[in-house]
Amino acid sequence: MAFDVVDRPAEAAGATPPQLGVGGTLRFLWRLLTSMRTALILLFLLALAAVPGSVFPQRGVAPLRVRDYYLAHPGAAPVMDRVGLFDVYASPWFAAIYLLLLISLAGCVLPRAVKQWRTIRALPPVAPRNLSRMPEHRTLGSDRPASDVVAAAATELRQRRFRVLVADDGLSVAAEKGYLREIGNLLFHLALLVLLVGVAVGSLFGYKGTVVVVEGEGFANTPTQYDDLTLGRSFRAADLPPFSFTLDTFTAKFVESGPKAGQPAGFDAYVTYQKEPGATPQQADIRVNYPLLIDGTKVYLLSHGYAPTFTVRDGDGNVVFSGSVPFLPQDANFTSRGVVKAPDAQPDQLGFDAIFLPTAVIDPQLGPISGSPEPKDPRVFLGAYAGDLGLDSGTPQSIYLLTTDQMKRIGRHSLGVGQTWHLPGGRGSISFDGYRRFANFQISSDPGRQVAFWGAVLALVGLIGSLTIRRRRVWVRATTGEAGRTLVEVAALSRTEGGDLTGDVEPLVAALAGPDDSQPEEQS
Amino acid sequence: MNESLAHLSNNFVYSAMLVLSLAMVAFAVDFAFGSGAERARAAARRGSAVRTSVPVAAGAARNLAESGGPESADPAAAVEEPPVVGRWGRVGVSLTTLTFALLVAGVVSRGLSAGRLPWGNMYEFSVMAATAVLGVWLFLLARGRQLQYLGLFITFPVLVTLGVAVTLLYTEAAQLVPALKSYWLGIHVTAAIIASGVFTVGAAITVLYLVVDHVDRRVAAGREPGRLAPLAQRLPDAASLDRNAYRTFAFAFPLWTFAVIAGAIWAENAWGRYWGWDPKETWAFITWVFFAAYLHARATAGWKGRKAGYIALLGYSAFLFNYFAVNIWFFGFHSYAGV
Repeated sequence: MAFDVVDRPAEAAGATPPQLGVGGTLRFLWRLLTSMRTALILLFLLALAAVPGSVFPQRGVAPLRVRDYYLAHPGAAPVMDRVGLFDVYASPWFAAIYLLLLISLAGCVLPRAVKQWRTIRALPPVAPRNLSRMPEHRTLGSDRPASDVVAAAATELRQRRFRVLVADDGLSVAAEKGYLREIGNLLFHLALLVLLVGVAVGSLFGYKGTVVVVEGEGFANTPTQYDDLTLGRSFRAADLPPFSFTLDTFTAKFVESGPKAGQPAGFDAYVTYQKEPGATPQQADIRVNYPLLIDGTKVYLLSHGYAPTFTVRDGDGNVVFSGSVPFLPQDANFTSRGVVKAPDAQPDQLGFDAIFLPTAVIDPQLGPISGSPEPKDPRVFLGAYAGDLGLDSGTPQSIYLLTTDQMKRIGRHSLGVGQTWHLPGGRGSISFDGYRRFANFQISSDPGRQVAFWGAVLALVGLIGSLTIRRRRVWVRATTGEAGRTLVEVAALSRTEGGDLTGDVEPLVAALAGPDDSQPEEQS
Repeated sequence: MNESLAHLSNNFVYSAMLVLSLAMVAFAVDFAFGSGAERARAAARRGSAVRTSVPVAAGAARNLAESGGPESADPAAAVEEPPVVGRWGRVGVSLTTLTFALLVAGVVSRGLSAGRLPWGNMYEFSVMAATAVLGVWLFLLARGRQLQYLGLFITFPVLVTLGVAVTLLYTEAAQLVPALKSYWLGIHVTAAIIASGVFTVGAAITVLYLVVDHVDRRVAAGREPGRLAPLAQRLPDAASLDRNAYRTFAFAFPLWTFAVIAGAIWAENAWGRYWGWDPKETWAFITWVFFAAYLHARATAGWKGRKAGYIALLGYSAFLFNYFAVNIWFFGFHSYAGV
């Protein structure tokens, strides 16, 4: 493409630098960009540029850790954020490197592909005059006429899948093999472009979201139901497939004894799903490594936790909250935190800051903490607040956090299952009715997945071809020597590095020497 | 979980370490007094003139290698070292084979004791990787590659790896976490482990190549051969080391590519995306890019030879970093590997 510009140097004559001209400069820059040396430097830069993304927390991988980093380094974090260190792989400088590398790759590979298209049909070059200068060279004598030996060599080479050209005089033959090496090389590089197209398609036309679903509750695939949803740039929310599912039960098994006690052993989310409203409900078991595929969309089980069930009554005795609230697990034993908000409570709104422990233990240092991931002795530890929850201000609030600026703490208490705490001052009560489990699902569709997959497979095939296939030429020439005996010369040249030619030459020499002939005399 | 089998596995690994130490001693003796010394004497017979001319000869050989010629056409390179295998070298190879068998027994009994593929944590990866390095080397020897000189330089790092595995990384055999319960564990991790073996062999050859190249260049510049000369004299010439390193990496690179692709497919199944720049993925990518650069460098004027060797070692460092540092210090999806 750049050559189009180069072909019109006159237009830019005014701005011509003294020696090169705009066309010349562009040509120079293009050559520079597509040179192997530049590709090498770009490869280095790409490797180096990928490093910070593994050192600093990345928004795409761990947004919460980015927030923590901000809290820990309030001075440096905003500067680092500005240069993209929390979003390395989406940053302009990372993109600049791989785009330059892509252009360099295309600029290098496409002309080579055109050239290869021509050479692939070309016949091997005729035998050079002086075959003895070739790296592999043998001579042998034969009693057969020269043209017979050459014909036999041509047959032998054809059988060995060489491309063969017999000279017009019938006294020499040229053969070449291993054209697929360069094809493999080109395939590898072009397949990398295909792979990147797949990645691009995925990010344009895909979507990805997460949702927490408590046992017994359901999910319908519409934007409002997601906790978090990212749509590809060219994906419209209206195109979300209209499936829905209900989490019937969630089971979690843990290693019960031994050194790894408490380590997870298996999770199953049993769901009932419908492809669209009115379709036949179907059952499925979603496990880690075994996502559910509905209509091109995959539903993954990411994590799970406990959702304790509460009933809150206000000072007037009215039920102002009832239900299961997902709590965020804090450690491997599912010490979980969460909040309960009762905005309808009278006279004041009520809020509870709570810790749920599946197996309650009071640690002298850490306080209430869970001793096991399994619900052997479930308890909640509650802090109660009364006042204004701040929900009317219009700013969206996290369902896992309580804003206590305009609230007063009215007490702390712990409850076992079935117990009720009557709040001080006749403000009402809260009952811990039990718990359910919740599952955190990722729901995503990546239409570029298949393209990327085949790009990767082709790249691998091309790579293997380009590294294992050897390109080599073999020549045989026969001349009639003194006493009518035929002198046969066999020579070979490897066109790729480290090629061992004896495997090509030895069998050919043996075949031409024939059973009755004298031993081939080795030269050089 | 079968405790006695797990115990048996540990005993196999300890025995393997003992036998491997003996193999290392045998290789050291061979290197100092056996075939290594013979090579050194051969180099001396050729005289300092030849040693001095090596860079030229090697250069010529390399030029020929591009046009494809083996050394037979080149008079200086025609004095290619004979494939000497001393008695002690053979003892070393036998002991290494025994070590390999013991390690395989250790891995198998560990797998049987846990009732699963025994590559679920870093201890198991390390033992597998050690087995793979020895296996790859023995395989290449069996294929007729003249790599006996590597004995000392392979057994030493393997012994260190095993030592680290049994002391720092040891974990009891146990069930796998659910994320690892997939047949992709067999495919992805196996490919990565074999690649680790091939990379290690390639890196060992590259280090030796850089040593010989260093001495050659000092001699060519008319300086004293330096302290590395006794080592260099006991090794094959620079050109053939370079060629062997290339062949090894050219085998490792597609294998690594496959391991990364298999990992991406597994990630798509387990985590809902095939690539997410998890630290492990990032460093696998960095390793891949370095070795891609190595292969390109070998085809670029001004970069082939020594500089390409350094790039390969950078790639191998990234690989090691990915294996040890990322598992231990970094936060990410691969952290469940367990130390």
